[in-house]
Amino acid sequence: MATKGIVRGIVSNLVTVEVDGPVSQNEICYISVGGVKLMAEVIKVIGKDAFVQVFESTRGMRVGDEAEFEGHMLEVTLGPGMLSRNYDGLQNDLDKMDGVFLKRGEYTFALDNDKLWDYKPLAKVGDTVTAGDWLGEVDENFQPHKIMVPFTFKGTYTVKSLVEAGQYTINQTIAVLTDEDGKDIDINMIQRWPVKRAITCYKEKPRPYKLLETGVRTIDTVNPIVEGGTGFIPGPFGTGKTVLQHAISKQAEADIVIIAACGERANEVVEIFTEFPELIDPHTGRKLMERTIIIANTSNMPVAAREASVYTAMTLAEYYRSMGLKVLLMADSTSRWAQALREMSNRLEELPGPDAFPMDLSAIVANFYARAGFVHLNNGATGSVTFIGTVSPAGGNLKEPVTENTKKVARCFYALEQERADRKRYPAVNPIDSYSKYLEYPEFQEYIAKHISPEWLDKVNEIKTRMLRGKEIAEQINILGDDGVPVEYHVTFWKSELIDFVILQQDAFDTVDAVTPLARQEFMLDKVVKICHAEFRFDTFLEVMEYFKQMINIFKQMNYSEYESDQFKKFNDQLDALLAERMEK
Amino acid sequence: MATKAFQKIYTKITQITKATCSLKATGVGYDELASVDGKLAQVVKIIGDEVTLQVFSGTEGIRTNAEVVFMGKAPTLKVGDQLAGRFFNAYGDPIDGGPIPEGTEVEIGGPSVNPVRRKQPSELIATGIAGIDLNNTLVTGQKIPFFADPDQPFNQVMAMVALRAQSDKIILGGMGMTNDDYLFFKNTFSNAGALDRIVSFINTTEDPSVERILIPDMALSAAEYFAVQKNEKVLVLLTDMTNYADALAIVSNRMDQIPSKDSMPGSLYSDLAKIYEKAVQFPAGGSITIIAVTTLSGGDITHAVPDNTGYITEGQLYLRRDSDVGKVIVDPFRSLSRLKQLVTGKKTREDHPQVMNAAVRLYADAANAKTKMENGFDLTDYDNRTLSFAKDYSEKLLAIDVNLDTTEMLDVAWGLFGEYFKPAEVNIKQELVDKYWKK
Repeated sequence: MATKGIVRGIVSNLVTVEVDGPVSQNEICYISVGGVKLMAEVIKVIGKDAFVQVFESTRGMRVGDEAEFEGHMLEVTLGPGMLSRNYDGLQNDLDKMDGVFLKRGEYTFALDNDKLWDYKPLAKVGDTVTAGDWLGEVDENFQPHKIMVPFTFKGTYTVKSLVEAGQYTINQTIAVLTDEDGKDIDINMIQRWPVKRAITCYKEKPRPYKLLETGVRTIDTVNPIVEGGTGFIPGPFGTGKTVLQHAISKQAEADIVIIAACGERANEVVEIFTEFPELIDPHTGRKLMERTIIIANTSNMPVAAREASVYTAMTLAEYYRSMGLKVLLMADSTSRWAQALREMSNRLEELPGPDAFPMDLSAIVANFYARAGFVHLNNGATGSVTFIGTVSPAGGNLKEPVTENTKKVARCFYALEQERADRKRYPAVNPIDSYSKYLEYPEFQEYIAKHISPEWLDKVNEIKTRMLRGKEIAEQINILGDDGVPVEYHVTFWKSELIDFVILQQDAFDTVDAVTPLARQEFMLDKVVKICHAEFRFDTFLEVMEYFKQMINIFKQMNYSEYESDQFKKFNDQLDALLAERMEK
Repeated sequence: MATKAFQKIYTKITQITKATCSLKATGVGYDELASVDGKLAQVVKIIGDEVTLQVFSGTEGIRTNAEVVFMGKAPTLKVGDQLAGRFFNAYGDPIDGGPIPEGTEVEIGGPSVNPVRRKQPSELIATGIAGIDLNNTLVTGQKIPFFADPDQPFNQVMAMVALRAQSDKIILGGMGMTNDDYLFFKNTFSNAGALDRIVSFINTTEDPSVERILIPDMALSAAEYFAVQKNEKVLVLLTDMTNYADALAIVSNRMDQIPSKDSMPGSLYSDLAKIYEKAVQFPAGGSITIIAVTTLSGGDITHAVPDNTGYITEGQLYLRRDSDVGKVIVDPFRSLSRLKQLVTGKKTREDHPQVMNAAVRLYADAANAKTKMENGFDLTDYDNRTLSFAKDYSEKLLAIDVNLDTTEMLDVAWGLFGEYFKPAEVNIKQELVDKYWKK
């Protein structure tokens, strides 16, 4: 019999429920408030009192209101039909809700019960299967969506029967499995999974090494991220976190993109709703929305569901990874999630850690990032979840708990800098502080040598060194004056400016410049590095400045031109002519 | 406050702090309103039969045997067309001596708009101020604060923006406003003959500070009425949100909550977001735009209030006195409108985004040149040209007394480029240079 309870205390969305039976940590319950059932999650138990966080406003709740416990943790429903959908943090389909305003206690089904899917079996009768093995496949927005043995199944099963290829709804049985005790189990296309547990139906999780192309030069060229890699983008407000995140989610070479808008502005989500159905995926030519799932818990939506939203998003990502797909998960912003934890911890009157965040924040963050990764599935196929989170450090100070704890676990660090943003040098990723640990992976180096060129990484390291040198010289010039340093110094400085303007800076709002394919990045890097190696003839620093400004201007025009178009070639010729004027060797 | 039949009256208060009092009571709903000896209070905590009330006007003079009556509802406002032209206090009671307006009673702080039912903001709000229209274009449905020190003329600029923006209704929410500023707004709006489209909810420095907590929700409930029921374009002015946050901090402190950064409650982000996210463009044409003021202490934007605000709002506007031209300007470096790219170059002329960026970049070069000059270094010819440009740019475009339409602003900017620079120095797309460069 299900456990029931009675409300005994209310402080904001933390409610104390006296229970009449067993409850488990993180169990879901529904509390009836004036006829409306509000979903809540157990977060602490003392004796007969279960402390639950309610995922909605508790306005009007009374002592004595009744609660019913569900006997399971917070779960998501997995099956075909999730792509292109807009969910809230608890996987309710936002489009199925009535009215302009969100209604408290309205929960909608995540999938479509009536849609017929073109199904074809992949397994054979008599096959021995375990959790996560592929039984069949449907076509979901041109992606092969695998119907798998439910992840919750333990041990081995034998395929007893499979339906023939044809059209089926998600609720129809598509296979019958026999377990070790000889019991038959019907399988349809739906399965459920608790969001806070990682889906681990894979053989192994090796170190990731394949470049994930994003079309953003300061990432791909300078600090690349890989399939199954992790990265984070901290930055004060106004430095372009969201623009950069949107650019990555639009352009990245992934099969599935999941965007968790976690405690951020609703208008940013609206931008995705509005633009993605129109925009074209540069890799497949189909609409971006077809490969995208949005999990929206905007800043005005209930705080407790904010924590759930990132887990919901990660679980969906792991589900698609188990089908052998490349999934990119973006969460904006993980700081809001941490703040939601802080609010609850505060109400629970736990002893606070640094900045009043809960003490176990670092463990929570580390566990979450660890769910990303590149995996070999049991059948030999590979899949990946690449995770990029943004962090909104309080006061722009990177020495705060969320940034510090994330830095310990994420392998790529894209530090957005106020000073660069103020100078409108976008994307404002600081080229010196940022890093990608993947550059040091031998697997990655080998991969790049084979796929781009063996000299590529040397060039990347060179421009990084030059940026640092340029910064040092700029500081010296500030102290000693333009005349106080040799003309040579000016040349070195302007070479670093060239790298900054041509490679690092990129106009996310220009259709051409916004996305740079790898081949084009290679061409530009070669060209710029060649200029960096060249020696020029100058008498005064003024000549240096004048000359490099002209050069940068032509390069900029090139960046704005379609690659290898006539216009592009025209500017390229202009550039070569300019170089010939002063280049000595 | 109408008394209902069979209303239970409690007379035994067990605990009194500066902002809250507690008593034993049953059948009480969370967030419910109560009256404590006639003072309005709200339920903020229930543990068993012990109910804690937050008394908005403070607990001065409250007796342990005060009469407490629960009203069975959350704070409400009567919304209707009769709100227009009226002045109210934090409880929604008239303070202008007029009659109590009739209307439908709605709970304030109501539910959020379903994000999929929002429309992307796309309508430009013209203010005539180039520091805003050119560099930080505002859009209906946007939320943006002025970050300003208390001595800066933000209320004047805000009143000017409100009057020039073509909105159907202006809702003013004043929190901890000085009486002088209150009268300033009242006079400015009545002199402009705009009083009939203005609704004001005012809490002055003379009123109890905790009452301020109600002001934004009151103002936004009124705004939602006009935007949703009447499909009107509503502009909400909230000044000053720092006072609002201070009131929140007082309450959370009285409730023994562990403070986070700068003694602010840990929920500050969510509290502010709930207000600012009421800014919305509805598909039916109505919209709520919020322009707020967050006063800074000594320009420190890393303080919890401006910091959290910056992460919530769609940009921020800074005012600064430019000593070179002796005028107050909209600072082009720190100011930002995040929604500007929805309209610049689309609702305005194609060259708008590039001209805007080029001008700010050159202005930044001028700032570098100025540093060089102050450090006693020789200036190059380019440095001198940027300095002259900066002065003109500041005077003709950034100053808050400018009143131009955007096309004129762009022409002025091209004029300045042509006067001081060569095309190669401005880094603008060649086809735009070919079209607009002033020879």
